[in-house]
Amino acid sequence: MTPSIPLSAQLINLFAAVILLLAFAMLAQRRMHSLVNLFALQGLALCLATLVAAVTTGQVHLYFSAGLTLLLKVVALPWILYRLVRQLNIKGDVEALINIPTTMLVGIGLVMVAFNVALPISELSHTITRGTLGIALAVIMLAFLMMITRQKAISQVVGFLSMENGLFLAATSATYGMPMVVELGIALDVLVGMIILGVFFFQIRDQFDSLDIRHMEKLKDS
Amino acid sequence: MISVSGFLGQAFAILLALVLAPLLSGWVGQCRAWFQSRSAPPLLLPYYMLQKLFNKEVVLAHNASSLFRAAPFVIFGCMVLACAIVPTLSTDLPFAPSADALALVGIFGLARIFIALAGMDIGTAFGSLGGRREMLIGFLAEPALLMVFFTLAMIAQSTSLATIVETLAHREPVIYPSLAFAGVAFTFVSLAENARVPVDNPATHLELTMIHEAMILEYTGRHLALIEWAASLKLYAYSCLGLALFFPWGIAPGDDILALIAAIPLLLFKLAIGGFLLAGIETINAKMRIFRAPEFLGIAFMLAVLGLLVRLLLEVRV
Amino acid sequence: MPGLLSLDLLLVAAAAWLALGLIGLFASRNQALVSQVLFPAGALVGLLVGVTGIAALGGDPQTAVLVIGLPDLPFHLRLDNLSAIFAILLGLTSAGISVYSAGYFGKGDVAGLGTLCLEYHVFLASMLMVLLADDAYAFMVAWECMALSSFFLVTTDHKHEEIRDAGFLYLLIAHIGAIGILLCFGVMTGGAGDYSFAAMRTQELAPFWTSAAFLLALAGFGAKAGLVPLHVWLPEAHPAAPSPVSAMMSGVMLKTAIYGLLRVSFDLLHTTVWWWGVVALVVGLVTALFGVLYATVQNDMKRLLAYSSIENIGLIAVAIGLTLIFHAYGMDALAALAMTAVLYHCLAHAGFKSLLFLCTGSVLHATKERNLGKLGGLIHPMPWVAWLALAGIIAGAGLPPLSGFVSEWLLLQGFLFSPGLPHPWLNMVVPVAAALVVLVAALAGFAMVKFYGIIFLGQMRDPALKDAHDAGPWEKVGLVWLALITLLLGVLPSTVILRLDAATRQLLGAGLSDTLNEQGWWMLAPISAERASYEPLIVLVTIAVVLLLARWLVRTLFHGRVRRSSPWDCGYHFEGPRAQDTAEGFSQPIRRIFEPVFRMQRHFPAARDKQPFYSVKVEDHFWYWCYLPIARLANRISAMIVTLQGGRIAVYLMYSFITLLVLLMVARP
Repeated sequence: MTPSIPLSAQLINLFAAVILLLAFAMLAQRRMHSLVNLFALQGLALCLATLVAAVTTGQVHLYFSAGLTLLLKVVALPWILYRLVRQLNIKGDVEALINIPTTMLVGIGLVMVAFNVALPISELSHTITRGTLGIALAVIMLAFLMMITRQKAISQVVGFLSMENGLFLAATSATYGMPMVVELGIALDVLVGMIILGVFFFQIRDQFDSLDIRHMEKLKDS
Repeated sequence: MISVSGFLGQAFAILLALVLAPLLSGWVGQCRAWFQSRSAPPLLLPYYMLQKLFNKEVVLAHNASSLFRAAPFVIFGCMVLACAIVPTLSTDLPFAPSADALALVGIFGLARIFIALAGMDIGTAFGSLGGRREMLIGFLAEPALLMVFFTLAMIAQSTSLATIVETLAHREPVIYPSLAFAGVAFTFVSLAENARVPVDNPATHLELTMIHEAMILEYTGRHLALIEWAASLKLYAYSCLGLALFFPWGIAPGDDILALIAAIPLLLFKLAIGGFLLAGIETINAKMRIFRAPEFLGIAFMLAVLGLLVRLLLEVRV
Repeated sequence: MPGLLSLDLLLVAAAAWLALGLIGLFASRNQALVSQVLFPAGALVGLLVGVTGIAALGGDPQTAVLVIGLPDLPFHLRLDNLSAIFAILLGLTSAGISVYSAGYFGKGDVAGLGTLCLEYHVFLASMLMVLLADDAYAFMVAWECMALSSFFLVTTDHKHEEIRDAGFLYLLIAHIGAIGILLCFGVMTGGAGDYSFAAMRTQELAPFWTSAAFLLALAGFGAKAGLVPLHVWLPEAHPAAPSPVSAMMSGVMLKTAIYGLLRVSFDLLHTTVWWWGVVALVVGLVTALFGVLYATVQNDMKRLLAYSSIENIGLIAVAIGLTLIFHAYGMDALAALAMTAVLYHCLAHAGFKSLLFLCTGSVLHATKERNLGKLGGLIHPMPWVAWLALAGIIAGAGLPPLSGFVSEWLLLQGFLFSPGLPHPWLNMVVPVAAALVVLVAALAGFAMVKFYGIIFLGQMRDPALKDAHDAGPWEKVGLVWLALITLLLGVLPSTVILRLDAATRQLLGAGLSDTLNEQGWWMLAPISAERASYEPLIVLVTIAVVLLLARWLVRTLFHGRVRRSSPWDCGYHFEGPRAQDTAEGFSQPIRRIFEPVFRMQRHFPAARDKQPFYSVKVEDHFWYWCYLPIARLANRISAMIVTLQGGRIAVYLMYSFITLLVLLMVARP
């Protein structure tokens, strides 16, 4: 049907689809440990997509961002998350506020919305991979959904990080990456944010003996 | 037009299915044993089982009806037909136009209804429990499977399995991201439909969570043999379907005898790998609670729908 | 044209039905005559209607004017391809049901058989007249006759209060629907005052009024067909009516509403707007899902079938919606595909649903029991009914090689083309709707297995069931006839669709006959053989051949020995019939997965209960969402109005007088 698309674009599309698939898998995942695994996989897919884009366009800074993604999202952040999970002694299932099939149903609705919203924007773009813009937007929305529907603070952080993945994908697919400075800044932001959140977790747990975010409802003035 | 070689190929494909299906089950059993570091049963165990069962007399419950006795034959007939439709070695199958992908789902559904009804026929607690659960799995798996076929049909502009495989195998290679979704959904559905581990366990009786085994508890002798054979045919049909749809390389395009002969070792190789992976999945996963199964299949359904969406948006409009 | 026109023949048939009914009324003492002669004669007339309809297909429309009714308002009649198809449906289905009725009502326990015979045949004749009517006046008269006669049929057993209630509800909703239809016709005349359909066809309406007419038609005919939220009468009326009447209402009468909807939206209104299709699609999907989910949790066998009818009507509405969408975008070949699915599903549903309703009739006669929880194991005393019902449930579950699958297959093929729609949202949302259609079809399988397995299989839940008797000879003929229709519709789709083609060509200007004629009669490939094909006959024959071959081989190579013993059941030898799944138990997974859909009242036994029991009652949300608020509002308003009611005649006279005065003052020229 679409034989004119070059192989690289096909590959990027494939990785984008895998990222979306992993976003859905994260939405459907109950186990904390697997959630982090999936997040690492998502980072890997993102890294590969960036790498393909780099090879295709020959832009050097894309190689850097691919490396950065690999370092940060496949190695560093998952490692920190694993440590957190172990230290905070989080066991068993991630409790979802809404049951999982319903969440996925909402997710499918969001994907449809995202694809449609992204359609006019991707018309403007001239890169070969503009089709992935819709996917990127969908990943962002799904990550948002995950943050909304999960109770444990740590899965919200994973959602937040996954959202950043989506943004990164959007940047790569629409404009072949952001300027290097911006990328480095965001990477640093994410890392620092993660560390701060990690500290927060310990504080939260000390305070409430639990990481369940419902306890924070008590913090409001009443 | 229908050619002689096409007919021979078709007959050969059916015979191959009948012969290979128990072997595949035996292979999966063997791989499972290896994975779990047990000493493996012989590869040909399913054949010995079939022979033993055919030789044994049938012990029927007092209130077994004629439907109970007819059902194994109907199910066997459905599965043979399914194996005749699925392109295993070549896409030149005279039976292929008789049922497309949608009708194939219907044929599996027909077999399911018969086995569920047969399970309910004796009126035992386990039988009706199995029948109910089978229908529960069915009404979730069937839509997911159909959505997978929908995605493929949109890629190939056809619901005919032969045309789909032809398109996927013998055209300029294009990567379809939607196939990733469809493939995952198809794997989920196959596991559920073939009573495999995360959903059901083919190797146990007397477990409160059994589904398939619960329905066929009352079957003995030749009836049980046919049902077991049909079950392995179903596994074979699903495996070949998965291979043909997602790894279609090597399937002979037309009535090319040489390509057909070359396709046989490739098929055996692919089936061996597939069986090995299946045993792996069955080993690393624990069986789910029965009410996790709808969630599992619900996810498969959603993934299939998502594959359709990705197909519609990413691939058509680029 | 020399000789009798098909239209005349159909009129003769309608008159014959009326005459049979009148004879029945006057000969009501002679039960044998009524049941053994009049009903079979009615079946013959039905056969005549069916054959005439088939003969009339493909011909030019025939018109006639019947000078009865009010002066200056003659009945305009017209027989075209669309009417002919529904006449075939009416004739062939009613033939089976009438023959069955000869046995069913002949058992001597029906009070007022004469009146019943009259109502039944008036019902048939009025349905035929609905199909033939060519002006709004004739249509409404026939429509009302149909509603009234069926109301009396529903309340045949009027000694029970719940049956009277069901009848009242049916009449109420039928009239709400009738108002909708009447208004729709009013809109379509465009104020010109000419109520003939011929005038409406040429009437140019403003877009707003066209849409209004369509929505009114959808609501009006939807009330009769059972579209959500106007479906509430269906599950009440069907169990209340005698089984042949339920069969007739579900199999045929619901289709007259579909006929009306098709007539209005494709014939009388000559423009189509795409969002009409979306409305029909959404309403259809909701109806289908709702119907099938409720069907799976019912414990009354006729209620289960009634909800299943709602589901099927929903699927038909989905197909109509798809047709409208394709038609609005000028994709007429695809619209014809979807329209074929509509017509095919009407025929298929008429066949298998009347078959299943008649089977419940036989079960009801044999056991006096409608509750699934008290049946079981009936395949032993009633093998005929059981095996014929099996054909019904396979078709009802939409499985090959029987009739239900063909229409679902066509519908799904239609959906596969929807990504080609030129609208940016529709081409994404409509294919996803197919996922829900498939889910409905799969759930229908669940409901059908429940229906069949609980009634006919397993151990008898009540020892008295052993004395159940199989259907009598008349009943068997009727059942076999309908099963035969189901089988033929299943295995000869191409032959049937070539006949349906006349109607799709008339309404849409396109049909499937060009591609179908290129292929063999056994093959169904609506677009092209490469695109999609289905050969049900081959499927059936292959399964049968493998079945027989396997049986023969096993018997020759091995043996055919059988020994009877007690069931094994994992060694729990003390299990009685109560250990089987009950009807409630069977549907437990559905209740659990789709919990928010149902309004459930459950009672669980506590640990220390002396007499523990479990009960579950599933109710319809729509009662509480739509109907009770309206009822409460009506009560409140009438409570207010009651204060006007003084009880003295002088006060009432004063009211009239004041009204007169006000009118005189206001309505000055």
